[in-house]
Amino acid sequence: MKFGVIVFPGSNCDHDAFYAAGNNLGEKAEYIWHDSATLGDVDAVILPGGFSYGDYLRCGAIAKFSRVMNAVRNFARDGGLVLGVCNGFQILVEAGLLPGALIRNRGLKFICREVALRTETADSPFTCAGAKGEILRMPIAHGEGCYIADPRTLDELEAEDRVAFRYVNNPNGSLRDIAGILSKERNVMGMMPHPERATEALMGSSDGLVVLKSMLQAAVRA
Amino acid sequence: MSAAAITPEIIAQHQLTPGEYQKIVSILGREPNYTELGIFSVMWSEHCSYKSSRVHLKKLPTRGKLVVQGPGENAGIIDIGGGYVIAFKIESHNHPSFIEPFQGAATGVGGILRDIFTMGARPIAVLDSLRFGRLDDPQTGARNRRILSGVVAGIAHYGNCFGVPTVGGECIFDPCYDGNNLVNVFALGICRKEDVFYAKAAGIGNPVIYVGARTGRDGIHGASMASAEFTEEAKQKRPNVQVGDPFMEKLLLEACLEAMQTGAIVGIQDMGAAGLTCSTCEMGSRGEVGIEIELDRVPQRATGMTPYEIMLSESQERMLLVADKGREEEVFRVFRKWGLEAVEIGVVTGDGKLRVRHHGEVVAEIPNRELADEAPLYDRPHTRPLKPAGETPALPAASTAQDSLPALLKSLDLCSKRWIWEQYDYQVRTNTVAGPERADAAILRIKETGSSIAMALDGNQRYCFLDPREGAKLAVAECCRNLATVGALPVAATNCLNFGNPERPEIMAQLVEAIEGMSDACRFFDTPITGGNVSLYNETLGEGVHPTPVLGIVGLMKTAAPVTIPFKNAGRSVILLGGTGSASPAEMGGTQYANVLLGGLWGVPPALDMEREKRVQDAIREIVAEGLAESAHDLSDGGFAVALAECSFGPAEIGAQVDLDSDLAPDALCFHEGPSRIVISSANAAAVAAIALKHGVEAPVVGVTIEKEIEIRQRGERLGGWEVSALRAAFERSLESYVQSTGAE
Repeated sequence: MKFGVIVFPGSNCDHDAFYAAGNNLGEKAEYIWHDSATLGDVDAVILPGGFSYGDYLRCGAIAKFSRVMNAVRNFARDGGLVLGVCNGFQILVEAGLLPGALIRNRGLKFICREVALRTETADSPFTCAGAKGEILRMPIAHGEGCYIADPRTLDELEAEDRVAFRYVNNPNGSLRDIAGILSKERNVMGMMPHPERATEALMGSSDGLVVLKSMLQAAVRA
Repeated sequence: MSAAAITPEIIAQHQLTPGEYQKIVSILGREPNYTELGIFSVMWSEHCSYKSSRVHLKKLPTRGKLVVQGPGENAGIIDIGGGYVIAFKIESHNHPSFIEPFQGAATGVGGILRDIFTMGARPIAVLDSLRFGRLDDPQTGARNRRILSGVVAGIAHYGNCFGVPTVGGECIFDPCYDGNNLVNVFALGICRKEDVFYAKAAGIGNPVIYVGARTGRDGIHGASMASAEFTEEAKQKRPNVQVGDPFMEKLLLEACLEAMQTGAIVGIQDMGAAGLTCSTCEMGSRGEVGIEIELDRVPQRATGMTPYEIMLSESQERMLLVADKGREEEVFRVFRKWGLEAVEIGVVTGDGKLRVRHHGEVVAEIPNRELADEAPLYDRPHTRPLKPAGETPALPAASTAQDSLPALLKSLDLCSKRWIWEQYDYQVRTNTVAGPERADAAILRIKETGSSIAMALDGNQRYCFLDPREGAKLAVAECCRNLATVGALPVAATNCLNFGNPERPEIMAQLVEAIEGMSDACRFFDTPITGGNVSLYNETLGEGVHPTPVLGIVGLMKTAAPVTIPFKNAGRSVILLGGTGSASPAEMGGTQYANVLLGGLWGVPPALDMEREKRVQDAIREIVAEGLAESAHDLSDGGFAVALAECSFGPAEIGAQVDLDSDLAPDALCFHEGPSRIVISSANAAAVAAIALKHGVEAPVVGVTIEKEIEIRQRGERLGGWEVSALRAAFERSLESYVQSTGAE
């Protein structure tokens, strides 16, 4: 399987996603420059964390106009797997590929800490290698990670089993403790915690591998 | 403006002495014009020229078998094997962060990061040593809280966005920093050995290229501001502080590293203190060539800037490089890709001069070497170091540990700094094996080599105020001990010397003695100083900071699961490597016990026996390498009882029951800060004892780990007992409650 890691100006978790997929999962990975019109022959796309375009205007608001995002939209429309982590989640939300918005943390401060996540559904290409109810430990590192949406959208997400992860102890004020959500077609996922940082015991946790392994399983099946 | 006559008042405004002005006249063979005067004034400022400290800095050891580059470049470089080197340095941004905490600290991070990547190394770690006035002081507390919050937010803003993990450091509070907080930032980067770049111009006729952000009017005379005491007018200096853009810096990093790979770059230097002036004349001087530039070509973000302003601006995120003639386009292509400006502004010449043109006319012409390297040197008079006057009081005969331990754990210096470090991304780049407060040193694995490095920052202004020479030695010893405790071998150091006004002989004496003490200790522990920074004039209205030399030391180690501070299992032996030690009442004067509980500072710092210290470090390294330590933590501020409590603050809240065999008064036993001691928990006390014996180090088993509680006895008599969870709550919540305490400013 080949993962494509998008590099926006200001992405800074691109190396980490590349390393997690390439070394710790042991699959192929390649970088895709933000100016690229196509995604090449990748099987899945990762929008990594960081501060694309300096987070100017609003996190993710400028990145959505990158040329590569047209390709990402088309890829998603055709059923391709798209994972957005942290700033990647913010970009997916700004690009309209996922509903809701991410605003400043409740405490108005950047928070870097390991958190516990509850897997809310195993019925997705990002969680199928795990189990519903399973607790995963992985870090968060964000200043704008408070997930909000109107009540109808939140109800819909829940009714359609599209909440992928919830925080066990909500660190940032996210509504209904939401840490990660799926698109309607379930092939796009955004999450604020960093699974790529938790892919080897030496870094404190390998629980994040579940997400990458799920993507691998789903891609092989497809 | 540049036509203005140079009057004695203008010379004085530029902080140049009449003697220095005469030297300028003799170098030029004529009177300088206004622009030239400005250029000399920043290059010959204390900050850029080290004119008061250089004669003493020469005493420091700078060579070693792993040292690839010592002082004199943008950063020191050491060989870590496997074809890779690391570049690292510590720098201060004290004055700017007092005036404008957020931007002052942010640009401090930006400046040191550029020093690292200008050498071709990708920054992979930052640590900070921060010092503030007390947060609970009725007069200054509100301001100090504002400065702390601003500095931390500034560091977080810059480092997090740039994508470098902030993995450790220290944060100390003392009234001596009320008018002068300290912000010392350490950065470290990695590079292939053959890819190191130097800040040296070469090749007559080669183009000089300006890259990065545009030049504005910000930060003019920043270097000079950092070379003077603060007065009532300090706030008017706000325009001297620069504004940072970490996104621009991130682009500059990626573009520079990529451009370096083209092979078309000859030399490169960042524009930090003294901006375009410093980068041109230093690169020219190092390469023994001249540099001629045309200011009209310098990208500017303000209109109508004078040559004086352009040359002295300290706008951030700018670099100057020399490329191979004919290969400019290869360099430009990379910068275009990253959306950055790159403009040819001049040429390398053979006449050794910095020649600056504006609208075609020469507005400054100065010999590079004299400007960059011939600044006046002062062997300033130094007498006896200024010391505190405190008398040694009578210490309690009965144990106060029951109440003293919780009081110490929630004191500003000893409490958890989680409120600070959670605002930093300490994991980005996924190399952080041990981040803040997990182990005695920060540990990073190096993906490229398969090995790991450990880093620690240490300084103790209380010890140094009592005795700068011994205090500096103790800082080196503790820093090395921190590395040894995680199993690393210390190999090289960087230093940041924060002192008051060197024109006062008793302050100069502090500086001289601290450098000499540091020099002795660095020689002894085989940790050459590969670079660093001197920050003088940390004074406001005649009140200086205590002498604060800060050491940053790097160690090498194998990659393995880290030996961290907390006890892991109940029923393990608690071993006090180095023994219970001793302390006279005079030696209690510099401790946190004296500070927090008695509000005093007296006597002498704890006695250090460097031979013994080395044996303890050799022993712990071997114990860790053999996998015998389940946990390890060195004894420092707060002594044994505080260290023991910190060992119990793991997720499992495993405490300990200990019984110490000692003649010391009970409080001295619990809280003295005698060095060369480490508390270990082990399932194999016999094996630990055997290693300790081999190194000639005491290693008494003082107790056993137990669930949820701590109890300390002395020869059977109970000195105190505590629930771990209660102590931990005090320790972890304290800083946040100080920050949020009464009355915003």
